[in-house]
Amino acid sequence: MATRAGGAPPALSALTRQRQKSAWLFLAPMVIVLALVAGWPLFRTIALSLTDANLADLDARSFVGLENYAFLIEDPDWWRAVRNTAVFTLASVSIETALGLAIALALNAHFRGRGLLRAAVLIPWAIPTVVSAQMWRWMFNDVYGVINEVMLTVGLISEPWAWLADPALSMTAVVAVDVWKTTPFMALLILAGLQMLPQDCYENAKIDGVHPVVVFFRVTLPLLRPAILVAVIFRTLDALRIFDLIYVMQGNKQDTMSMSIYARQQLVDFQDVGYGSAAATMLFMIIALFTAVYLTLGGIGREEKA
Amino acid sequence: MSRAQRRLLGQVVFYAFLAILVVYTVFPFYWAIVTSLKSGSELFEAGFWPLAPAWNNYVIVFEEQPFGRQILNSVIVAVSVVLLSLSLAVLAAYALGRIAFRGRRLLLFTILGVSMFPQIAVLSGMFELVRTLGLYNNLLSLVISYMIFTLPFTVWVLTTFMRELPKELEEAAIVDGATPFVVVTQVFLPLMGPALVTTGLLAFIAAWNEFLFALTFTLSSEQRTVPVAIGLISGASAYELPWANIMAASVIVTLPLIALVLVFQRRIVSGLTAGAVKG
Repeated sequence: MATRAGGAPPALSALTRQRQKSAWLFLAPMVIVLALVAGWPLFRTIALSLTDANLADLDARSFVGLENYAFLIEDPDWWRAVRNTAVFTLASVSIETALGLAIALALNAHFRGRGLLRAAVLIPWAIPTVVSAQMWRWMFNDVYGVINEVMLTVGLISEPWAWLADPALSMTAVVAVDVWKTTPFMALLILAGLQMLPQDCYENAKIDGVHPVVVFFRVTLPLLRPAILVAVIFRTLDALRIFDLIYVMQGNKQDTMSMSIYARQQLVDFQDVGYGSAAATMLFMIIALFTAVYLTLGGIGREEKA
Repeated sequence: MSRAQRRLLGQVVFYAFLAILVVYTVFPFYWAIVTSLKSGSELFEAGFWPLAPAWNNYVIVFEEQPFGRQILNSVIVAVSVVLLSLSLAVLAAYALGRIAFRGRRLLLFTILGVSMFPQIAVLSGMFELVRTLGLYNNLLSLVISYMIFTLPFTVWVLTTFMRELPKELEEAAIVDGATPFVVVTQVFLPLMGPALVTTGLLAFIAAWNEFLFALTFTLSSEQRTVPVAIGLISGASAYELPWANIMAASVIVTLPLIALVLVFQRRIVSGLTAGAVKG
């Protein structure tokens, strides 16, 4: 570009200027809409978190400074929600990664019916989250659920487990559903990474007679790391804001309450908009921190420069 | 163990894994279908096949609540969201993908950042906005608020697609005196069919499934969308939930989605990976 611009300066720079002007014209509608639906509401949420606003009458509010945040960090229920979210995120994302990797490797192999299998794997992804939550809630039902039924028949358990009511089991149940629902996404991202790997490494390893397991850990896994990392970050950010799956399965139960559910309960059920907004702002800041780390670690910046 | 035996064992383990995988991914939805066809006491027995299919459950779903209306609501919202975000995104993607201008990088970063927003972080601000605009309990509130997650995504994927279109086409059009708007609408748009279908489909699915905004910004059952309707079907207690009806409703709204996903399988996979891997 630079050399050509030197060749015919006036005409091209006029064209470039015209193009740049139209660039902003084209961007304007999108930028305005994003500012309206993302920027402004976010700003208002943060502003409201510094007030004692009530849902019944949002206008009758007074500035209270950081009081809501002071209450928040003293509330054991908030910290329980933070811990639940952390446990949920850690457990679901790590199981999804391991399982997703296994499925991706299987789908990458050549066998008959591969297309059919790929279609089957996509089904959980295609099912709406609310529907998945209801389906599994029914399967986990302690009296009539098919999961207890099968486990009793096989002899894994001697009496029905109260999957959704027992505090020791309910988080496991919720994680299990999330794993079922989102592992396909993980597997597809890793599979896309697998299919982009250079084939010659494998041929060399094969000629040298290296054991497949060694090849996997020495060649595949290191080469696959960027693809896995991106998938893990996407899933982590998604898991940190989890709401619908847990809410439909468990409602506002404390044992599985996530940060999003806590904030919504304060906001809507208790009508405490100021306090709920403070909780929502805290969650936003946690996710913003993760996103910032991702943007610095990720390859986007480098790709853009090129 | 000989080499041939080990090979055979490997094959057996591999196919066993595949079989378990298929059961794992498909069984829950199969079970939902089976449950939706059971009635009375059959519901509480673990029969893996409905003995006398009770199609009546599907009728009851439409009788006990305005389910037809709710499906229509979901369709209206999702289609409007798709059309609106695609038309905004095509223009933006052309600017972001093909024109070098100051601040492009920052803008791309901001858009990516917005796609990471937790919905709850804008909930109270959005609620205030919806109420100020007088759109509470109105489907328009959902069309507007859903832009927060469909717009960044469509812009991002269409931008990566725009970048890959041949430069020669654009240059030829410019030499012929085409304005940038003509380049987008007359030259590039016809080439973007596949990309528009993919991103549109993914945006449709996201809007079709959304729960939190729909739960908060609509009140009456006539204005509810399908996910809220299904999420809120309730009985007197957890033990009296009308499971057969819930499953019937679930099957109705899920079958078209599964059909869509299976038909557009390859495109969806490429769209998902374009949004993430290249992102």
